[in-house]
Amino acid sequence: MAVTQYSKSLEDTAERLTERLSQAEAIRGRSLWFDARVRFFGNKAAVGALVVLILVIAFVLIGPSFAVWSNEEIDWGRMGDIATAGRPSIETGHYFGLDDLGRDLYSRTIQATGTSLLVGLVGAFVAVVIGTLYGAVSGYVGGWVDGAMMRAVDILIAVPYMFIIILLMVMFDRSFYMLFIGIGATSWLAMSRIVRGQTLSLRHREFVEAAQAGGVGGFTIIIRHILPNLLGVVVVYATLLVPEMILVESFISFLGLGVQEPATSLGRLISEGAGTIAYGTIWQLLVPLTFFLLTIISLFFIGDGLRDALDPKDR
Amino acid sequence: MMISARLTIAGLLASTFLASPVLAAGTHPVTGEPLADDQTFTYRVLDEHSSVDPQVVEDVSGSEIVRDLFEGLYNQDADGNLVPGVATSYETNDTKDVYTFHLRPEARWSNGDPVVAGDFVYAWRRLVDPELASPYAWFGELMALENAKAIIAGEMPVDQLGVKAVDDHTLEVHLSQSIPYFPLMTTHASTFPAPRKVIEKYGAEWTKPGNIVSNGAYVLTEHVPQERSVRERNPMYWDNEHTIIDKVVALVINDENVALTRYLAGELDRTEVPAGQYPRLKKEYPDEAISFPRLCNYYYTFNLSPSGQEAVKDVRVRQALSLAVDRKIITENILAGGQPEAYTFTPAATAGFTVPDVPAASMTQAERDAKAKELMAEAGYGPDQPLSVNLIYNTSEAHEKIAVALGQMWKQKLGVQATIANMEWKTFLEERGNQNFDLARGAWCGDYNEASTFLDLMTTDSGYNDGKFSNAEVDALMNEAKTADDPQPLYTKVEQIIAEQAPIIPIYHYAGVYMLDTDVGNWPVNNVEQNWYSKDLYKKAE
Amino acid sequence: MLRYIFRRLLVAIPTLLLLIIICFLLMHAAPGGPFTSERKLPPSVLANIEAKYGLNQPLFVQLWDYLTGILLHFDFGPSFQYKDRDVNDVIATGFPVTLTYGTISFVLATVVGVALGVLAAVRHNTLLDYIAVGVTFSAQALPNFVMAPILVIIFTWQLGWLPGGGWNGGQWQYVVMPVIALSTSYMASIARITRSSMLETLHSNFIRTARAKGLPTRKILWRHALKPALMPVLSYLGPVFVAMITGSVIIDMYFSTGGIGLNYVNAAFNRDYAVMLGVTILYGALTVLFSLVVDVAYAWVDPKIRY
Repeated sequence: MAVTQYSKSLEDTAERLTERLSQAEAIRGRSLWFDARVRFFGNKAAVGALVVLILVIAFVLIGPSFAVWSNEEIDWGRMGDIATAGRPSIETGHYFGLDDLGRDLYSRTIQATGTSLLVGLVGAFVAVVIGTLYGAVSGYVGGWVDGAMMRAVDILIAVPYMFIIILLMVMFDRSFYMLFIGIGATSWLAMSRIVRGQTLSLRHREFVEAAQAGGVGGFTIIIRHILPNLLGVVVVYATLLVPEMILVESFISFLGLGVQEPATSLGRLISEGAGTIAYGTIWQLLVPLTFFLLTIISLFFIGDGLRDALDPKDR
Repeated sequence: MMISARLTIAGLLASTFLASPVLAAGTHPVTGEPLADDQTFTYRVLDEHSSVDPQVVEDVSGSEIVRDLFEGLYNQDADGNLVPGVATSYETNDTKDVYTFHLRPEARWSNGDPVVAGDFVYAWRRLVDPELASPYAWFGELMALENAKAIIAGEMPVDQLGVKAVDDHTLEVHLSQSIPYFPLMTTHASTFPAPRKVIEKYGAEWTKPGNIVSNGAYVLTEHVPQERSVRERNPMYWDNEHTIIDKVVALVINDENVALTRYLAGELDRTEVPAGQYPRLKKEYPDEAISFPRLCNYYYTFNLSPSGQEAVKDVRVRQALSLAVDRKIITENILAGGQPEAYTFTPAATAGFTVPDVPAASMTQAERDAKAKELMAEAGYGPDQPLSVNLIYNTSEAHEKIAVALGQMWKQKLGVQATIANMEWKTFLEERGNQNFDLARGAWCGDYNEASTFLDLMTTDSGYNDGKFSNAEVDALMNEAKTADDPQPLYTKVEQIIAEQAPIIPIYHYAGVYMLDTDVGNWPVNNVEQNWYSKDLYKKAE
Repeated sequence: MLRYIFRRLLVAIPTLLLLIIICFLLMHAAPGGPFTSERKLPPSVLANIEAKYGLNQPLFVQLWDYLTGILLHFDFGPSFQYKDRDVNDVIATGFPVTLTYGTISFVLATVVGVALGVLAAVRHNTLLDYIAVGVTFSAQALPNFVMAPILVIIFTWQLGWLPGGGWNGGQWQYVVMPVIALSTSYMASIARITRSSMLETLHSNFIRTARAKGLPTRKILWRHALKPALMPVLSYLGPVFVAMITGSVIIDMYFSTGGIGLNYVNAAFNRDYAVMLGVTILYGALTVLFSLVVDVAYAWVDPKIRY
């Protein structure tokens, strides 16, 4: 116990020191970002992941020019016997084989990957922006404001999400943008709770209390002192959200909002592929799953690298 | 709670065992095949049943259970013909609006009470009683029971219903109009008798295992919602000695692919084949994969109401869209389960119905496509003025495949831009019911085996006419058909009008496509309504 | 602390009331009702049904009746879809199932996830770290709707070791596959959050100080690093626990476990209003309760936190 307290007070002194240092650094803001960049590019895993992600994006952009079939055309001649005639093949022009209806999986995967990347990133972005701010404010202000804000999140978590989607669909014209509203409506909730938890504990740290004593405004404290310390957990949770949102999208589309045939998404391709695994068309699962995996792995390492690079404690 | 439930089941099992005759092991009395020792039939159902109350049940899987638990006046045999159930015979008058049924005196409820005419009177009154508010109350109206309509509307007391017990074994039914096929309707679950004493004793709880008393070949012994329900031999059933299957287990498995895996693992005796998998399974398991016609159709309906777009009100456009649909691709490449292609509304499998000749049926697809292009051009649509339509369907993999294929066919052949939109079921019903579409998916399974169950949907007042097709001639013909001695010419005429006017695009007629274990005997593949009775099945020794 | 807990429990009542009202309005605003069916019911039949279930009343009367029913008789109403059952019955049969497989999955996911995460962080950038990261990726790459059919194919069909579905009162053979399918992706997420948070804590100044003072690594880990590193994990676990014990529609669908997860989604699809509300209230109450549990746990992890 004594040791803990001792180390805590040491920690506080140290943090005060770093705090001063970082304030000094903030003046030379440019070099801060420069440092971060150097650190990021020094991280092999992160750079490798970035390369993979760029390749995936490049594939989405350039891939269509190598396609023989469009993503909606049905290969009437081969559709009756997908398990043999629909295998991945260079000759037929179906590099990734056919889907269960006889459409070119190469073109469909390209289109799906693009859609899902967008969905995943938008979901994560909304979570980061709204969830972080909401959670940080709630945790920092505390008291009844915190109570009210968090009970609101409790309610929003428990409200049957499905009806919100259905109502969005009925009230507005279905469009791709509505999908983002649907995704955004849910993605930030868990993030706000995590951020608020961290903020609760940051709020009482010496450096925050020092800033308060120095008359720094609440909002500035949140932006300057709280948020940088939240970065690690925010980045990691955001990368966890990407696969989750990609899968949530397939449920939203199931209800009828969002991606409509003939367009598709990775979540839907995976679930279609999973349905037919036992029927000798395993590529229908493996192809979209590969792209899903490439995306989430690369985002994970990029996130990890970003976290390391921006970690204020390492400065 | 679990324990007491098990005890009751154990008790029932014991009594069943003591009372059951020695048929279980041995040979089949008619075919002489050796029978398996374990006479348990296990099958997959897609969804939890809505109820096992005969007057309340409204879904297929519930009706299957109710047909085993309860027995109505008549049953169907393996070919769908009427065979005596609780009734042994009936008489009718010349105008066919009074029917008298003679009930068998040996019929018993599972608690030993005799089944009497009063049980039917009670049940039928229950069906139309506003207090029970059965969703199937309209079946009472459909049967044209005297005063049913007024009773449902709350304008008359229930005891005014046109059904009475002359004595314990004679049931007299008065109809408000002549219905020649009335006895056919007594195989429907909502007409089955109900045990008054038990219902009054337990109220809404009466259908729970342990409480329920039934007069069919089986009693409900276990029900775990969303998981399984079990029915076991009812030793009090009047024909118990001819019953071979001891126990029937229905397992709820939502995912058809998992169901198939579990079938292949030997956990099920019967499951449905997922769309497109039949040819492969037939090759691998030639004796187990079966396909036979069903009494259902599948079509797209045009929106002919004022809210529909002008283009689809042009009969040439409707004809063209219908002709351009290559049904063979849908039935052979997408569904691939032996479904017949459809050019008319009523399935050929319908009893006493001959499919009329319509021009489209005898053309080749190339001829149809050529004709479709011609009609579209005539209607003024082409590359300069492309037609766009929206098409709605409820979310499901098979529906989606068909919708996508239709869109592609129209796009490639006619240059039509089809926007297809899936919806969750209730939203779909609302949107379709409110005519927010150009084309909407529709499907119908016959309530009884007669063409009017389908063709009625094309009349102006039908509750299922979401396309708002209205044709005075069709209405008149269908009205006339109700009392006609031979309605076939009238039906033919109606089908011809439908073919000419094309208010709908018939796509295919259903087939029952199953994996059925080879040791299951006597599955009624010829019963197009798939009204099957576990008491008629048996399990062969392997 | 006790006063705080009491106050929070008191606040739960208006919170749940608000949830009920929102859910109630949303449901009734959604297109279609419980008795919207393929063939439209004749008006007189529909009128009888609506009268029976009180659906012909103005909305606020329905809401009032519903609330008084709960308060006075603990009656959450009948199921509109499964007419032999009522909501209490639906929850009483479904919730124990999901509570069982949810709790087992939760414990498994948390223990394995935290252990993997801590291990990976402590042995940062070593083979062990890569293996742990690899395991979490494989787990995350297989969403439960992919995992479930694969499990059935392998363990039921090919190997014949486990029954392909059902619950059977919770015998272990029936619990194994649902637990695996449900826990893996959560396990992966927990491992990743733990790893990152642990790394951050290990890099923080007070741990460096402790190290500088020559404290043994093991002691640093257990005494100083683990608790603060668990903060974000705790925040994540609260809602995850609620989500897991209220079940997963995917698990219930693929394994026919008969849990509350499938009931919830089915009720939404069928517009089975009372079941929908009943399960939502259960879900809401658990959410509120475990927010509180997490908040109390925060104060335990970081004694400086005061509310």
